[in-house]
Amino acid sequence: MGMAAESQFHVLAVDDSLFDRKLIERLLQKSSCQVTTVDSGSKALEFLGLRQGIDSNDPNALSTAPVNHQVVEVNLIITDYCMPGMTGYDLLKKVKESSAFRDIPVVIMSSENVPARISRCLEEGAEEFFLKPVRLADLNKLKPHMMKTKLKNQKLEEIEKTSNVENGVPTAVVEPEIKDSTKVEIEILPLQQDLLLVQQEEQTSSTNNKRKSVEEGISTDRARPRFDGIATAV
Amino acid sequence: MNTTVVAQLQRQFQDYIVSLYQQGFLDNQFSELRKLQDEGTPDFVSEVVFLFFDDCSKLINTMSTSLEQPDNVDFKQLDSGVHQLKGSSSSVGAKRVKNVCISFKECCDVQNREGCLRCLQQVDYEYKMLKTKLQELFNLEQQILQAGGTIPQVDIS
Repeated sequence: MGMAAESQFHVLAVDDSLFDRKLIERLLQKSSCQVTTVDSGSKALEFLGLRQGIDSNDPNALSTAPVNHQVVEVNLIITDYCMPGMTGYDLLKKVKESSAFRDIPVVIMSSENVPARISRCLEEGAEEFFLKPVRLADLNKLKPHMMKTKLKNQKLEEIEKTSNVENGVPTAVVEPEIKDSTKVEIEILPLQQDLLLVQQEEQTSSTNNKRKSVEEGISTDRARPRFDGIATAV
Repeated sequence: MNTTVVAQLQRQFQDYIVSLYQQGFLDNQFSELRKLQDEGTPDFVSEVVFLFFDDCSKLINTMSTSLEQPDNVDFKQLDSGVHQLKGSSSSVGAKRVKNVCISFKECCDVQNREGCLRCLQQVDYEYKMLKTKLQELFNLEQQILQAGGTIPQVDIS
């Protein structure tokens, strides 16, 4: 079906500095991610397909052929804050305003520790804020996102194999007709529930706060951003 | 493989890199960079380091131009250059260069041309010094590899 469970977590990294791009690329590769780097916010939007709209005549689009009809599947965007032209914050806003891509987590990086800047980005929907230089340990915070994508792919594959589905989505919220043992039924039900959860997340206009609380069971209190070692003294 | 030669070279390498940390040329970020290098990317650190030195050279030239005319110093451009240099020196672990950049920024902020000139000179000196030191380090690495040995992982406590 094209949605291979072994497809890697794909990160789009945006930074105007060649040096920083090299660094973030290596960091991400070392964390087993597939990486695409671009040097500006506008190129990032082009890559996502936001600028010109999705071009089905593009040979590249045909070759990736993802189920969700995006030109290219991007699982996370990581961007520098300070860039000429479109800043990382502008890019964040554009992504969150787009219906097609608002669910892609966005991480902001900056060499400057400015609490007001950090809060602004998180409020706008950034998933994380990393202080440069970014380290391998920082990227571990992205693991939950990677696992979620991996699990989602695996579950969709399993659903396709075992129940009656169309386009990779269960057609009804009912127990599938399985004449196997109880053991199999028990396996199927949790998958369905989780899949529904994933679907609900994508279909509702819930904020990042809500989504996070559903997934991770943490408080929706945005006033406590999740990053380390940053003094938030005002 | 002559194990004695390899052991000697490895010892030399270890001592040298530790001294660079102790003398403040390098900080922990450099060891983070070394962690990112592996058999698949054996030149990562040297690539990144030489990219940094290239950046230094270009930025120093630009900033020098900005500072040329006493009556017409483009402090905005200067600030941008220092910001970049501070960022990349920080990312590479070039501790002394980074520290000069901190002072440099302060001089920019108060538009102190004399101070900026001094800092520029110091940045130039520090990056060239570091370049020499790291070239020696990479040289030692090559010698170890050529002698059939492996480059030691060095833990900086």
